[in-house]
Amino acid sequence: MCLLKIENLHAGVEGTEILTGLDLTVKVGEVHAIMGPNGSGKSTLAQVLAGRADYEVTAGSITYRGEDLLELAPEIRAREGIFLAFQYPVEIPGVSNVYFLKAALNAIRKHRGQEEIDAMDFLAYVKSKMEIVKMEEELLHRPVNEGFSGGEKKRNEIFHMEVLDPTLAVLDETDSGLDIDALKIVAEGVNSMRSPERGFIIITHYQRLLNFIVPDVVHVMVGGRIVETGGKELALELEAKGYGGHTRAAEAAAEAAMPASG
Amino acid sequence: MPLSGTEIIDQEVAQEYKWGFVTDIEQETLPPGLDEGVVRFISAKKDEPEWMLEWRLKAYRHWLTLEEPHWPNVTYPEIDYQAMIYWAAPKKAGDGPQSLDDIDPEILATYNKLGIPLEEQKMLAGVAVDAVFDSVSVATTFKDRLAEAGVIFCPISEAIREHPELVKKYLGSVVPSGDNFFAALNAAVFSDGSFVYIPAGVRCPMELSTYFRINAQNTGQFERTLIIAEKGSHVSYLEGCTAPKRDENQLHAAVVEIYAHEDAEVKYSTVQNWYPGDPKTGKGGIYNFVTKRGICAGARSKISWTQVETGSAITWKYPSVILKGDDSTGEFYSVAVTKGFQQADTGTKMIHVGKNTRSTIISKGISAGRGQNTYRGQVKILKNADGARNFSQCDSMLIGDRCGAHTFPYIDVQNTTAQMEHEASTSKIGEDQLFYCASRGLDAEDALSLIVNGFCKEVFKELPMEFAVEARRLLEVSLEGSVG
Repeated sequence: MCLLKIENLHAGVEGTEILTGLDLTVKVGEVHAIMGPNGSGKSTLAQVLAGRADYEVTAGSITYRGEDLLELAPEIRAREGIFLAFQYPVEIPGVSNVYFLKAALNAIRKHRGQEEIDAMDFLAYVKSKMEIVKMEEELLHRPVNEGFSGGEKKRNEIFHMEVLDPTLAVLDETDSGLDIDALKIVAEGVNSMRSPERGFIIITHYQRLLNFIVPDVVHVMVGGRIVETGGKELALELEAKGYGGHTRAAEAAAEAAMPASG
Repeated sequence: MPLSGTEIIDQEVAQEYKWGFVTDIEQETLPPGLDEGVVRFISAKKDEPEWMLEWRLKAYRHWLTLEEPHWPNVTYPEIDYQAMIYWAAPKKAGDGPQSLDDIDPEILATYNKLGIPLEEQKMLAGVAVDAVFDSVSVATTFKDRLAEAGVIFCPISEAIREHPELVKKYLGSVVPSGDNFFAALNAAVFSDGSFVYIPAGVRCPMELSTYFRINAQNTGQFERTLIIAEKGSHVSYLEGCTAPKRDENQLHAAVVEIYAHEDAEVKYSTVQNWYPGDPKTGKGGIYNFVTKRGICAGARSKISWTQVETGSAITWKYPSVILKGDDSTGEFYSVAVTKGFQQADTGTKMIHVGKNTRSTIISKGISAGRGQNTYRGQVKILKNADGARNFSQCDSMLIGDRCGAHTFPYIDVQNTTAQMEHEASTSKIGEDQLFYCASRGLDAEDALSLIVNGFCKEVFKELPMEFAVEARRLLEVSLEGSVG
């Protein structure tokens, strides 16, 4: 079944177009990796999927489980099962991590017509998820991301993902800045959640993460669109050769697309 | 297209003030203006003894020599004290209500609308209410039950007539009639307020509560509250305030005095929700210029101020404690919200005089819209105050990018054994946080409520339970639409 279908997506910020006609289809059960050089629009794609208002979609469509995603407010997208692991997780002072997650989970459950989970059941549920990402108990009770180290913040994102149990998870450079041990923990978190009911889009700059999370499909993104798609071996190829060839090809394509009169 | 944080903030800020209705009752008012005649008129209306009139006149004459202070971090057009009405009262037959049946049903309806259950059967168990409507106190409930315990809880005008020895002894003992410009004005023209006396060793059997309501137009409200806690007594007191929406500014210059004897404990909580003015233009709203001070006169006594300030165009108040008795404790817990065009300059003074005195200050300022929020606090340790300790924490939260937070802590330590701690922080609820919350399924309102309540929880836990709920709700309502 098709989980996400993006067609000819054009989006940008303050008049500058960043996504320039992106197509992507993710089926349930699949793990897609999107790789590309800095500035290719990977994070913009993640933000547009989550519904950040700063980005304006000027053309194209995003269909999520048959629905027009662009019509939905960001919190509704989350309640419908889309999760974004932030590249730069945000601090929420004064609100404990566990309290925050309980409020979030209950907002999602309410949306789905489920009963709110009570504090005791929630704590038991959370404990089981903590083990997967090796979260220290202390981080549960600290304000969300406040005073967390870089690695703790990233692990916390995966922890949020575990607790909120999304249908489509988008990980935006979750691997950047992680040491190998933290990287393994993040990968284990993702692998433990792989299922035929769920899809993943893993955005990364490096091939390294894909040693631990083996993707079904690898895309190369350059200049705001997907320029090549292949299997997991494509990642290794990129690692060896870099993005140079793709970048030059994209430049040529962009030039060719320009009207001759300029 | 989803709304941006700023758009959501604007929506929240534009929320309607829900207590802005006007009650249509017959009013007896003086023409605008202030002179000795007005002071005499008020005193005569209240049937006051000669000494009380003299006290007022002395204050009035002193007031004439004072200048309105302009050091707070707020701006407003000049106040014309001659354009204001100093006496407005609901017209009624006889000397005053003998029971709830004598009260104008319109006023009762007003208090019901405000959620203040004057009718005893509907009341929150254990809360006695004194209600002040414009200049006069309209009803005090549970008087009989309190009297059994020896507690006096009545309008101050009644106390002046019936308990002159107590009023004479304590009135002005903590806030002298010439203390400052607004306190002097209040001393001259105060028309009512609450009086509380807790005898030695008595634990007041219920929460005491006063609701203040300004109704009449162009009227100043000058209430005066006096709380006396004898040796080893205990009382918790709460005041709430609302006013109708009006285009002109109205002045509220109240005075609260608390006198705590040995081992006495007084907890004073305020939920202030005066009309803040039009959120879009800043027009109208209450000028809340208030002097509140308590003295821990006896050893081991304790005074605790908790305030949730969400209303008023301008708030200017510094509930303070003079820690005179050895081992006495002063506390100040404050949440101040400014949105729209509101300005607040608020904080506390803790004056350590006695030995081993302790004070705690927790101040939480929230600014949204174009609101300006200033914390101003003074901690003074006098020469003989050996072993004094203070802990201060001043946190500011900014919602949106057009508001401001300012902190002015003054610390004056004259004794080297003092221990002082000061913590301060400023945080901002921005689009990043709102979007992060949204990405987890929380809408703007949920997110704001979560963040703001998290920010204020140390103060809310100091409020009596049912009022903590009320304060949370008030905060949610007043910031509704402020953010996402």
